[in-house]
Amino acid sequence: MNAARPRTAPRSTSRRSTPQRSTSALLYLSGVTVSFDGFKALNNLSLLVEPGEMRAIIGPNGAGKTTMMDVITGKTRPDEGEVVFDGTADLTKLDEADIATLGVGRKFQKPTVFENHTVRDNLLLALAGLRSWYRLLLAAPTKAENDRLEHILDIIRMGPQQHMLGARLSHGQKQWLEIGMLLAQNPKLLLVDEPVAGMTDVETETTAQVLREVNKSHSVVVVEHDMSFVRALGVKVTVLHEGSMLAEGSLDQVSADPRVVEVYLGR
Amino acid sequence: MITRFLWTGMGRNLRLFVLLVLAVGIVVPLLNQLLPKGSAVYVPSYMLQLIGKYLCYASLALAVDLVWGFCGILSLGHAAFFALGGYCMGMYLMRQIGTRGVYGNPVLPDFMVFLNYKELPWFWHGFDHFWFAAAMIVIVPSLLALALGWFAFRSRVTGVYLSIITQAMTFALLLAFFRNDMGFGGNNGLTDFKDILGYSVQSDMTRAALCFASALALALFLVVSGAVVGSRFGKALTAVRDAESRMRFLGYRVEGYKLFVFVLSAAMAGIAGALYVPQVGIINPSEFAPGNSIEAVLWVAVGGRGTLIGPVIGAFLVNFAKTYLTGALPEVWLFALGALFIVVTLLLPKGIVGLWAQLRARDAAKKASAA
Repeated sequence: MNAARPRTAPRSTSRRSTPQRSTSALLYLSGVTVSFDGFKALNNLSLLVEPGEMRAIIGPNGAGKTTMMDVITGKTRPDEGEVVFDGTADLTKLDEADIATLGVGRKFQKPTVFENHTVRDNLLLALAGLRSWYRLLLAAPTKAENDRLEHILDIIRMGPQQHMLGARLSHGQKQWLEIGMLLAQNPKLLLVDEPVAGMTDVETETTAQVLREVNKSHSVVVVEHDMSFVRALGVKVTVLHEGSMLAEGSLDQVSADPRVVEVYLGR
Repeated sequence: MITRFLWTGMGRNLRLFVLLVLAVGIVVPLLNQLLPKGSAVYVPSYMLQLIGKYLCYASLALAVDLVWGFCGILSLGHAAFFALGGYCMGMYLMRQIGTRGVYGNPVLPDFMVFLNYKELPWFWHGFDHFWFAAAMIVIVPSLLALALGWFAFRSRVTGVYLSIITQAMTFALLLAFFRNDMGFGGNNGLTDFKDILGYSVQSDMTRAALCFASALALALFLVVSGAVVGSRFGKALTAVRDAESRMRFLGYRVEGYKLFVFVLSAAMAGIAGALYVPQVGIINPSEFAPGNSIEAVLWVAVGGRGTLIGPVIGAFLVNFAKTYLTGALPEVWLFALGALFIVVTLLLPKGIVGLWAQLRARDAAKKASAA
């Protein structure tokens, strides 16, 4: 995707921080490089997410945010670098289904709910547990599964719409359903790609509340453009630029950084 | 547990439809067997044979719909599974001829004597037993589907590429079965059958029994397909159809789902082909012709893709039209087929069943606004 918009090589000013490997980190990226036809979508990127943390990732278009998500979820293999999940699992060696089973859930930029299924069935499909085709042939939803569905419907505030088809939901509702589907997978880490793109202010505010609620029991990485939303989340921010980490800290700290202002906020 | 699985998967409409299919399978043969020829509702033998044939086509259409309508795999080679099942049945029927062939050879079928075979090829052994042939009717198409599906789905071949592969498969089989030294009768195929399970294949009673068996098979396939698509597996299956990569990110191994329905569907097509062959009295390589597979897809499209009832209705309507037009106006048929395809694509994207559902929804909306 990023290969379609080639950019110049990263400037030497970009800081290359290489955190020490720590077994306590939930997600650990070190020196990750991905090139598409010579263009480096990720360039020696390193990132550390602690258990229970919510992290916001910001950066201009083409900074490598989506490619980073692709690498973590196994959609794209890095050319170089380490991606370690939960202290032990080497994500560069696993495929999408393995990584999802390990506990990494991803919400896509464009909501992709199952349009011909009801809200409840969408959540049921996402529910952690049964995945093998031969066991699903004879399985009926258990009481525990139904309780969990009710709980998730509460969190995403979609109980009344549970029998609506995915195709008939509004854009905001689809995004919340996606977050609910992520929750249903009960992942250790939720990757949320641009959850509030195209949302109204009220919906954006609700989404921030939903994500804070989710963060009580799960670690979250949010990629987002919307600054007021990132401010509403009130969490540590990582700024990406041209495939590398440019700055890290609270939103106020990074927005005071002159390099960040130059590449991103100042534009 | 199995009965619950089979029963809960079926909606009310499907249950009624299964009963209708069974009723046709019972009443039509009985009208042929019990009534005198002059009676007003007597079913003539040619009609009995025709309906038996249509029932087999309907099973093939259902098999195509199971993979295309519910899993998004557009197979343009399903007639190959149908023909393979047919060849297995044909081999059994050839072995039943015994010494009644033109050459009177007790072991070798006529075409082998003609082609100077000295002994029965190894793969013909066992086909003198019905149980062995019956097992092969299921196993051979299933194994081919398993092998093809295994490689294709694992390599994530989807969409039009998969369709081309399936089309190439049936074309390759067509060419292979045309060769005399394949040992399947080459161009002429297998024909001149005498007995099935000790009964003459030409007798009306056998035809009545075969018509009933075809209806029973179709009813069974409807029940099994209904159970599969109505289960949680079915929900996952249609989700694979609609958003395959999303399912992967949810942690589903999509290949297993596709492979299961593909193999199930191939087995269904094989059984349908096996029931078809004794009713038409011949199986030859032309059954592998790519056009046959495409026609089967058309039946599904006309009847209603992604519904279980649609393919059966589509297979009956299109084939009835084909029988009528090729008899009455032979030169018109291909144009009618082409026109049908255009009309369905443009005006009836969900087929006849979809149109019916649409009309009912509109009626309901009218009533609601009137009240």
